[in-house]
Amino acid sequence: MAAPSRTRIQQISDLWTDERLRGIAFQLLVITSLALFFTFIIWNTATNLKHAGLASGYGFLQDAASFDINQRLIDYDSTSSYGRAFLVGGLNTVLVAVLGIAAATAIGFLVGLMRLSSNFLVGRIASLYVELTRNIPLLLQIIFWWVIILTMPRVRDSISVGDVLFLNNRGIRMPQPILEDTFQFVLALIVAGSIGTFFLARWARKRHELTGQTFPVGWSAIGLIFGLPGLSMLFLGLPISLEIPLQGKFNFAGGFNVTPELIALWLALSLYTGAFISEVVRSGILAVDKGQIEAARAVGLPPGLRTRKIILPQALRVIIPPLTNQYLNLTKNSSLAVVIGYQDIVSIGETVLNQSGQALEVISIYMAFYLTLSLLTSVLMNWYNQRTALVRER
Amino acid sequence: MIALTRPGLSCAVFAAFVLPAMVGTAQAATLDDIRAADELKCGINTGLAGFANTDDAGNWVGFDVDYCKALAAAVLGDSGKVQYVSLTGKNRFPALQAGEIEVLARNTTWTLSRDVDLGLTFVGVNYYDGQGFIGPKSLGISSAGELDGASVCIQTGTTTELNLADFFRTNNITYEPVPIETNSEARAAYEAERCDVYTSDASGLAATRATFDNPNDHVILPEIISKEPLGPLVRHGDDQWADIARWVLNALISAEELGVTQANVEALAQTDGGSDNPEIQRMLGSAGSMGKMLGLDADWAARAIKAVGNYGEIFARHLGPDTRLGLERGLNALYTDGGILYSPPFR
Repeated sequence: MAAPSRTRIQQISDLWTDERLRGIAFQLLVITSLALFFTFIIWNTATNLKHAGLASGYGFLQDAASFDINQRLIDYDSTSSYGRAFLVGGLNTVLVAVLGIAAATAIGFLVGLMRLSSNFLVGRIASLYVELTRNIPLLLQIIFWWVIILTMPRVRDSISVGDVLFLNNRGIRMPQPILEDTFQFVLALIVAGSIGTFFLARWARKRHELTGQTFPVGWSAIGLIFGLPGLSMLFLGLPISLEIPLQGKFNFAGGFNVTPELIALWLALSLYTGAFISEVVRSGILAVDKGQIEAARAVGLPPGLRTRKIILPQALRVIIPPLTNQYLNLTKNSSLAVVIGYQDIVSIGETVLNQSGQALEVISIYMAFYLTLSLLTSVLMNWYNQRTALVRER
Repeated sequence: MIALTRPGLSCAVFAAFVLPAMVGTAQAATLDDIRAADELKCGINTGLAGFANTDDAGNWVGFDVDYCKALAAAVLGDSGKVQYVSLTGKNRFPALQAGEIEVLARNTTWTLSRDVDLGLTFVGVNYYDGQGFIGPKSLGISSAGELDGASVCIQTGTTTELNLADFFRTNNITYEPVPIETNSEARAAYEAERCDVYTSDASGLAATRATFDNPNDHVILPEIISKEPLGPLVRHGDDQWADIARWVLNALISAEELGVTQANVEALAQTDGGSDNPEIQRMLGSAGSMGKMLGLDADWAARAIKAVGNYGEIFARHLGPDTRLGLERGLNALYTDGGILYSPPFR
């Protein structure tokens, strides 16, 4: 009798000392308690919502929104659904995020290089910009730019640029291109040109690797994407016309307007994130082995080529992961738009929340939206990171 | 596990911030909670001249604030036992639903969907309002129908947004909405001429105009494009509390009709030598048992009137012709004076 119980104890102690089994047991425990926790949370919410007599679910997205939105990238009016309103808001967020990322990257690379410049004045100006923008809260910067734009000339005293473009404190009113049917042919040419350029670039790279001969890809690309379609437009008799804004009683009629809210938000986001990116770029460039630069100088590469062909490709490896963080930050920070009334997804969502009272649903839509956008950005940047990393290993 | 953590994390954040707010909505007796806390939590505007704003000493004053005071006086016996929670147009309903406040007195329009779908109960109307437009005189407009192509500043999260869309749609004219979060920012945008006109409840426009440097340079257009009956509201699910909130409001209105004022209410409430009007006696508790029916003591209404005066006195103090707002009684006069203010009888 004593022997089997001893072995049982041994067995149990074996189980306990087995690292793998212990690991699985703890993971199971964690997962079970997490599952219990969330079941409780969801049950609790559902019960309380029922008690408060509140309807839940996403059916309300099909109801008519009944409010208007001033910046629409897709068709929308007050009879459209709440779901459509969310889509308009989501696209407005994506618009400002994409514009912001492009500008912040350009500013960041420029300022990062400027800070490393041996020219005293250039270096100081870059430092001043970085310290000034990254140490002031973004919210204040957004309001600052908005207030600055509101002090622009009023609509009746607009600054006119050649009588086609008008600047005032209600934004920038631009001529709107009106496309005729035959323009589709030009569009097709542009698409074909882009695809052609892609294959041309691949062929040129392969040939360069094999034979060392270079091919002017840049110029050919301009010719294919812009030159040919441009020529064809002349033949088609310019299938595009401009709708020029005209001063009306209150506002300009015709053309399209870039709102002050978009401009303020875009400026603030780009300048703020640009400062952080410039630091990322600076650290990336400083991480490149000094010997590489000296070697490039020794083989007689001019400074421009040195930066483009030797320094940047190696610096990018260090730059891209933190750069991804900055892109994600910029996208999420765009939700501060609500203070100046830029109609992004949060601003529109809050209106929807107020009209429909579906607080949990609206907040879950926000979260799903930002999560998707952030994950998409991460996936893209990780893919790009892998590509630059591969180059290193070759 | 990595795939789990990200959604898991956001769910946890969600659980931590959003859900606790929802848990407090059990159907407890609100009156008991207020007595236990010895304080009434009353939701008011973040700052609207005449309705709820702070005076030089930092105390909340205004038309809506006085309703909170009257209710606290009736329930707790002291008009000072109010915790004011200032709320924006957007967070006022979640705050009430989640039990952060017991009553909301914040220029809130009574609509079907709010009354039914949001799980709220309007206890009456304390101000009959309507949406209007204010614009600079220099624009030379005399009617809202001439606003084709105008930019219109608007506070988000309010019924005004919907009325505006409806108005321009039915009149088949276009506009650019300029949505702004708070009244003060909307005012700044209007003054900078970011927009041509500003739209809000007519009372709110009068309040805003009173704060301009040159109020006479701005004109309120004659059109009233909507019905905006503003009133206090409570959560669904506690009828006793809704009754108390409703009848405190009715007591203030009836007091004006019956000639009971802040000055004479104590004398009229005397059991001996007080008023001999039976309705006044019932309301002020010297006869009958109306307080007991509500779950309160006999002098509840007398205390409310003693604290802030009757409806007419409250109106005159914060909104009337002698104030900066200079609003006429209009629809808000008693039905006996040509208005539509009418309290059910104390019987």
